[in-house]
Amino acid sequence: MLEKLLAVDYTPFVLSFKLAAVTTVVLFFISLPLAWFLARTRSRAKPLIEALSALPIVLPPSVLGFYILRALSDNSPVGAFFEKTFGVSLTFSFPGLVVASCLYSFPFMLQPLQGGFQSLNRRMLEASFIAGKSPLATLFMVALPNIKPALLTALIVTFAHTVGEFGVVLMVGGSIPGETKVASVAIYEFVETMDFETGHIYSAIMVLISFVVLFAVYTFNHRHGRKFGAFQ
Amino acid sequence: MIGIDIRKPLSAHGEATVLQVRLRIESGSFIALAGPSGSGKTTLLRILAGLEEAEGTIRVDGETWLEEGKALRPQKRAIGFVFQDYALFPNMTVRQNLLFVRKDPALAAQLLELTEMESLAHRYPHTLSGGQQQRVALCRAMMNRPKLLLLDEPLSALDPAMRTRLQHEILTLHRRFGTTTIMVSHDPGEIYRLAERVLMLKQGKITADGEPKTVLLHTRGSQKFSFEGELLDIVRIDVMHIAVVAIGQQIVEVALSRSEAAHLRIGEKVRVGTKAFAPTVTQA
Repeated sequence: MLEKLLAVDYTPFVLSFKLAAVTTVVLFFISLPLAWFLARTRSRAKPLIEALSALPIVLPPSVLGFYILRALSDNSPVGAFFEKTFGVSLTFSFPGLVVASCLYSFPFMLQPLQGGFQSLNRRMLEASFIAGKSPLATLFMVALPNIKPALLTALIVTFAHTVGEFGVVLMVGGSIPGETKVASVAIYEFVETMDFETGHIYSAIMVLISFVVLFAVYTFNHRHGRKFGAFQ
Repeated sequence: MIGIDIRKPLSAHGEATVLQVRLRIESGSFIALAGPSGSGKTTLLRILAGLEEAEGTIRVDGETWLEEGKALRPQKRAIGFVFQDYALFPNMTVRQNLLFVRKDPALAAQLLELTEMESLAHRYPHTLSGGQQQRVALCRAMMNRPKLLLLDEPLSALDPAMRTRLQHEILTLHRRFGTTTIMVSHDPGEIYRLAERVLMLKQGKITADGEPKTVLLHTRGSQKFSFEGELLDIVRIDVMHIAVVAIGQQIVEVALSRSEAAHLRIGEKVRVGTKAFAPTVTQA
């Protein structure tokens, strides 16, 4: 049994986690200012931005994948720009996967952060302004430290969701070993080639990791919720 | 000298009114702001703090805080603001809450000593009682060395003994730092003890402005004195009825005739007054 487990090629898993890590970091820095803005704005554009950013939740991954593929292809302005400036093709390549994953997982980072910021006591933030602190300083010194459960949820769920994506990745990245063949795509191929044993090992690992991660998040939030509950 | 002349539409309970306040306040004075809820008290404080927009002008000791739509940001106004719900930073200890405002450990130590909070300096807000949290909020507001200290019903959530103690501390800090203080309060005792001037705000307009003694005195007609209180009980002893009334922090007993007793219901707000010698109890 152990020999079997050791004989399996885990490159797709490494690729999955690399993709998830890069996506999580990129999305954090994109979502943070937007979530902070959305939580505090009274702008009429708010529902528009919220609806647009939530689209990846409801759209079939194939639809998303189709448009991302079209937008990133070397014939499109975006694809041509990247090709010319950085010399990278965004289709069937790892950088392309990162862009696609960021679009696909965007709401999973944005929504918990925005919810966390909205749950903060508005007067606490105002107390920080009165104390002479800029909105930026308030964001990092007061707001973020007080939404730890939401912050953790955003990071972990984005990571886990990226590891778990399949449709978009397959459409935009294909299945190039070591470049775009992530774990979920690999499982699909094992089934197609009727290698059920390896498919089983891969799938079981996915289930186990996902459960452990979610369990850790909920345990942390349960403990933290009690500590900070009185202030939210 | 603080000069205020502001206008701001209010929308309380669906009724649209306009907050319109024109005031001059002596520097270093202690002003109480009273009036029913929705009358614009909190909004007025928030406009002074720069947390809400308004038309008009605000000038504080020669500095312009608001003029022709241009408002000085809250960060630039030397103010202290104590919120009703304390609004402390849960991720910081008591001392860190203070030092967040200004890196002045000596001032923080002095404030914590004045309020007898030194022993709790390393504790987090969620481990403190309401009274202790309010003290931290007060100290935090003073860390700014404010020209203007704004207190929005700071003591309303505390028990009477704690209120009296904190009233004393507020007065001490007000005098020690020479701030101008504006405090929203509904408690006549508190207003009388602390303020030298009281403003009554109703539907966005100042309806009374003067010394607490004149504004707060509620005597009617030939009554020599009268107190508002809550009727706790009517006890019958033989032919006599005794009304038990809570007035402020005291419980008093007043003899009633049967017909007087018949008009009163337990739990009602009542007015206890006297015309000559015998106190009377009537509906407030």
